[in-house]
Amino acid sequence: MAVETKERVPVPAPRPGGTGVRAGRERPSGGFELWAWLFMRISGLVLLFLAVGHVLIMHVLDEGIDRVNFDFVAVRWDDVFWQTWDWAMLSLALVHGINGLRVVVQDYVRPAGARFAVNMAFYTLGFILFVLGTVVVFTFDAGKWAGAV
Amino acid sequence: VTHVAKRKSDVGTLYRGSPGQWSWIAHRITGVAIVLFLFVHIVDTAVVGWGPEAYDRVESVYQNWFVRLLELGLVAAVLYHALNGVKIMLFDFWPSTTRHMKGLSLATTGLFLVAMVPITWIIGKGTLELLGWI
Repeated sequence: MAVETKERVPVPAPRPGGTGVRAGRERPSGGFELWAWLFMRISGLVLLFLAVGHVLIMHVLDEGIDRVNFDFVAVRWDDVFWQTWDWAMLSLALVHGINGLRVVVQDYVRPAGARFAVNMAFYTLGFILFVLGTVVVFTFDAGKWAGAV
Repeated sequence: VTHVAKRKSDVGTLYRGSPGQWSWIAHRITGVAIVLFLFVHIVDTAVVGWGPEAYDRVESVYQNWFVRLLELGLVAAVLYHALNGVKIMLFDFWPSTTRHMKGLSLATTGLFLVAMVPITWIIGKGTLELLGWI
């Protein structure tokens, strides 16, 4: 994990004699930052379907949040398709979000020690939530409360 | 000391920036908002493991009109972040598209606003029903 991230390299000035309009945007030249850059785009594309789909299904379509309750979750998570969807979304969103926070922290938290501490706090929280979410998605058994509903 | 008169443009105008600057800050704000919600949302969803009574009590937080507005904001944030993310990928993987940055920013924002019309209608209607106004 790149906890001690370096300052971002400034955008090079347009070459003399050029049009003055630089095509494209800055991108990391290699190493961890390039993989992180690529991950953000690939996971973003997958989350475009997983997260936007999730938000529309849960909050907009067919009565939205009003129909979401224990029984609703029980039916959904009885299906491996939705378990896989939710777990993939959990994993990708957490890494995408926490890497996003790392980039934001890089911009606003200047002292190295504080930056390290803030990043570690997010990584730890992310790991705990990943474990919690994974356990719940795959071990949830609505049958335990059969008859109680 | 020589008195240097300030040009009118130094004091009287608001810096408006370019569309890219505004979409950058909007992308950042929506991103941070979404990930903070995600942290809470993983925990509230995990409560389902403690049975129907516990989970339905947590879910009942949505029976509050203010939470419904936050819900609308969340949907808007996810949708904006996703659409603007597509624009970013377009620029990054097909660099020549940056020449149409203004047009694409306008298109992204337009698409977002158009999508938000029915979404606001649906969540807004639910909120008003909750309040017993309709």
